[in-house]
Amino acid sequence: MEFNASIPIYLQVIESIKKDIVSGKLELGARLPSTREMALEKKINANTAARIYKELEYLNIAYTKRGIGTFITESKDTYKQIKKELSESYIESFVMNMKGLGYLKPEVVDLVKEYKER
Amino acid sequence: MSTITIKNLKKKFGTKLAVNDCSIVFEKGKIYGLLGPNGSGKTTVMKMIAGLYKPTKGSIMINDIPISYLSKADVAFMSTENFMYSHMKISNVSEYFCDFYMDFDKEKFEILISEFALEMDMKVGELSSGMNAKLQVAATIARKASVIMLDEPLNGIDLVARDQILNAIIQHATEDNTFIISSHLVDQMEPILDEVIFIKEGQFIIEGDAETLRIERQKSIVDIYKEVFAC
Repeated sequence: MEFNASIPIYLQVIESIKKDIVSGKLELGARLPSTREMALEKKINANTAARIYKELEYLNIAYTKRGIGTFITESKDTYKQIKKELSESYIESFVMNMKGLGYLKPEVVDLVKEYKER
Repeated sequence: MSTITIKNLKKKFGTKLAVNDCSIVFEKGKIYGLLGPNGSGKTTVMKMIAGLYKPTKGSIMINDIPISYLSKADVAFMSTENFMYSHMKISNVSEYFCDFYMDFDKEKFEILISEFALEMDMKVGELSSGMNAKLQVAATIARKASVIMLDEPLNGIDLVARDQILNAIIQHATEDNTFIISSHLVDQMEPILDEVIFIKEGQFIIEGDAETLRIERQKSIVDIYKEVFAC
């Protein structure tokens, strides 16, 4: 995984896990790798991986079954919430960028409508 | 739990002050990055912990034992000097280390050798410098020592081999040992470090948890490094 310079690594990994949940790459209820497997996969320190799992549990995105492993939540509400959260943050940064270029909101909306996907 | 406690450590070579009044506590279960430019004192600090240099002043305790032949049994150190005999095969290296170190784990060594794409019947003298560097990392990590110190483990090593070495470090850093890794390839090391120590002209100028430093300064360790060491 490539990391952005200024954001803590654990937050970046959590963000990528959220994306994987929303896109369906990680299914609800799926088992996550162990902390050490995660560390190797993302090439990060094992303590950072442990911190990621703690944070995911705190955010109710994952839960741990003692002795079995850590799993993605099965809650559809959490899924919807993550999806909403992510889309809002993308829209925010997009709109901020467009404002920075001097566009007004209605113009931005028009541009999005006219935009043809390649 | 502390593994190494360093107090007011000083080292003079003649009139040159190589390490100047350094104090720090290394904890168990963490990977420390000792970061600084060439000649900042990284190797001198490591060699004092390994018991190869005698401090001019100050004290080092390893698992509550002062530096001695006893403490050396707890410390695995890979120096930047080549310490392998060229006439040996890698399998001989394994036996040789086994004779020298009680805690040398032959099985672990063989696994590391295969992970590093080396073979037991290769001759040390015929290895490329990168392969030799990997061999030295493998021999050091294969010890079940409570302190594992690697001096510039990524120097002169290609990208694929770097990943192999970083993976080996991630895999073998446990709750029971302390890794101290010196490097000036900060960007390569950054994601795997728990704690960073910046050393400049023989002094520890910044020291702390890597993620906390990133949050506090809103910068990567690489950028902090550039800021601190840019002249």
